[in-house]
Amino acid sequence: MVAVSSWGRLKSSEHNVLEFSDRSQIQNLLKSNFPGVAHGMGRSYGDVCLNSNGNLWFTRGLDRFISFDSKTGKLICEAGVLLKDIQQMMVPKGWILPVTPGTQLATVGGAIANDVHGKNHHVLGTFGNHINKIKLVRTNGDIIECGPTLFPEFFSATVGGFGMTGVITEVEIQLRPVAGPWLNTEIIPYNDLDEFFNLADASEQEWEHTVSWIDCLSKKGRGIFMRGNHTDLNLGDIPNKSQLTVPFTPPVSLVNKLSLKPFNMFYYYLNKCHKSNTLSHYESFFYPLDNLQGWNKMYGPRGFYQYQCVIPREFGRDAILEMLNQITLSGDGSFLAVLKTFGDFKSVGMMSFPQSGVTLALDFPNKGNYSLRFFERLDAVVKEATGRIYIAKDARMSRDMFESGYPRLNEFLKYRDSGISSEFSRRLIGS
Amino acid sequence: MEEIKKRIMIIGATSLMAEHCARIWVKDSPVDLTLVGRSTQKLEQVAEDLKVRSPHSNFNILQTDFIDPIAIRALIDKFFEIGTVDIVLIAHGSLPDQNACQDNLVDCHRELLVNGVSPVLFAEACAFHMQQSDYGRLVVIGSVAGDRGRKSNYIYGAAKGLVTRYVQGLQHRLADTNVKVTLVKPGPTDTPMTAHLKSKNQKLASVQDVAKLIVDAVDRGESTVYAPRKWGLIMMIIRHLPTIVFNKMNI
Repeated sequence: MVAVSSWGRLKSSEHNVLEFSDRSQIQNLLKSNFPGVAHGMGRSYGDVCLNSNGNLWFTRGLDRFISFDSKTGKLICEAGVLLKDIQQMMVPKGWILPVTPGTQLATVGGAIANDVHGKNHHVLGTFGNHINKIKLVRTNGDIIECGPTLFPEFFSATVGGFGMTGVITEVEIQLRPVAGPWLNTEIIPYNDLDEFFNLADASEQEWEHTVSWIDCLSKKGRGIFMRGNHTDLNLGDIPNKSQLTVPFTPPVSLVNKLSLKPFNMFYYYLNKCHKSNTLSHYESFFYPLDNLQGWNKMYGPRGFYQYQCVIPREFGRDAILEMLNQITLSGDGSFLAVLKTFGDFKSVGMMSFPQSGVTLALDFPNKGNYSLRFFERLDAVVKEATGRIYIAKDARMSRDMFESGYPRLNEFLKYRDSGISSEFSRRLIGS
Repeated sequence: MEEIKKRIMIIGATSLMAEHCARIWVKDSPVDLTLVGRSTQKLEQVAEDLKVRSPHSNFNILQTDFIDPIAIRALIDKFFEIGTVDIVLIAHGSLPDQNACQDNLVDCHRELLVNGVSPVLFAEACAFHMQQSDYGRLVVIGSVAGDRGRKSNYIYGAAKGLVTRYVQGLQHRLADTNVKVTLVKPGPTDTPMTAHLKSKNQKLASVQDVAKLIVDAVDRGESTVYAPRKWGLIMMIIRHLPTIVFNKMNI
């Protein structure tokens, strides 16, 4: 048994780990080792990648490329390949992942299973929008190949299907051409939510990437808006920057009432005075936190919760304001708070998170019941505004919240592999 | 003019350590790489991956028997006949279950052959050609387990000890030639071979780091390298522990 935890580090529990390294063997291995669930880099925050005291199928050893067509940008690879492996190898060849989340230390399989999104959702949708084909191995030994036109229902269930439809073993991804590793970026401070929405709307046409950091301790919702476009200016590649590592888990969370206010104030004014027009390397623009290895340890031994929701646009402003209000009332707060608008892209997955509207992501040190009660208050706001909570980040939402947020659940369950079970599935779909 | 590609052969190319060395070699510049292993299917998976990483490299795969000296000789002779060889990496091995080896001499015999005799036969076949051409780098993967016999894995340790002593002799023989022979002694590394160690919560080195040390050691022509390097110190202490202390330890 091996102790495994997810990115939120809320708990560490024993798992019977089975490592996949030879893709031709998975079918055989699965037959005698279910129920269980696939686990890539464990970068999801809650419990979709956990199965305490049960089987966990490590896919990280499935890290081989299979083929690449340099004319069309079609890449076929195993599911345990890291987004980082793809970026580092492909950017010098003039190709890049069309959609990437805020870390490149995730596997391709995990990116599909959670149908991750990036800063360019309004232009290119989610990760799943760029997948041509998925090879799934089911615990009964069936192998299913699916894509947007090949068994499309299976495909739609698998993208964003948090690993429930089978083990993703091979994937065909459509990369997009890119001139080089650099982006033109702008940083613009905003004073309140109205300014944020104006900036987001004004940037939608001209800017591919938009995101913002929000000071969740400010009542009106001030923050820093960032936008970027790929540029063909080529400054060459920069050498690898030195990586910092959080060396140990501090006894208490470093993100707390004392540190948060000065942190947020400092960050806001630092960026406010910052030069607003710069060239950024894609690694520092897309993945700023990857440079601080093990940043999740900052929240101390009890770990932390991520709370990410999406709210339809018409209720967005009021709901976000109410959530900020709740945060102020609770006296708690979040440093890595992200506010971003989603475009009108229809997600391919039945259980995909992104939908048209505005998404807010917050992190909170785990304070046990106190945190859980606080999240229920946020839930009430989200539910009232007909929003939903991101499965990949969740470790605590109620069944009611889950079912109201994901109306295609019953349709999705038809494609589930009954030999797959995770802590998340037991918590929210009963088995 | 097309640049001349380095000719590299990897024996045991489906081992994770070898595969990661190959990834580093093809990243630097296109190479002419021959992958030797037992399973053609697995070799093909490795070659496909490397081909994507380095479309301008050449890849050949060869399937062979790892125990048969005649087959080994034929394979190596043929490879050296075609042209100059820059690097040969001998990386195959398996980590046996010590208790099974104690209980069953068939297991014991097989493990001694695979981990000890076989790498020596490959190395000896290469040494002949490298000495003749007075050129080439030979790198053999040994193990920290070969430094001192321990009750928890001395069959494996004995086989790797054989490799250590063999390389020492070969280095002596080739000392005044341009051939460099490198012995790498990895500590416990995170590979499928050590999956069972993880459950004991042992801290394992990453295979990427170990591969990088191997490639750097070959570049520099170092004679013995511990990977990660801290194992050099740890093993020096273990080698020098008095028997009376050592025998009381449960390692």
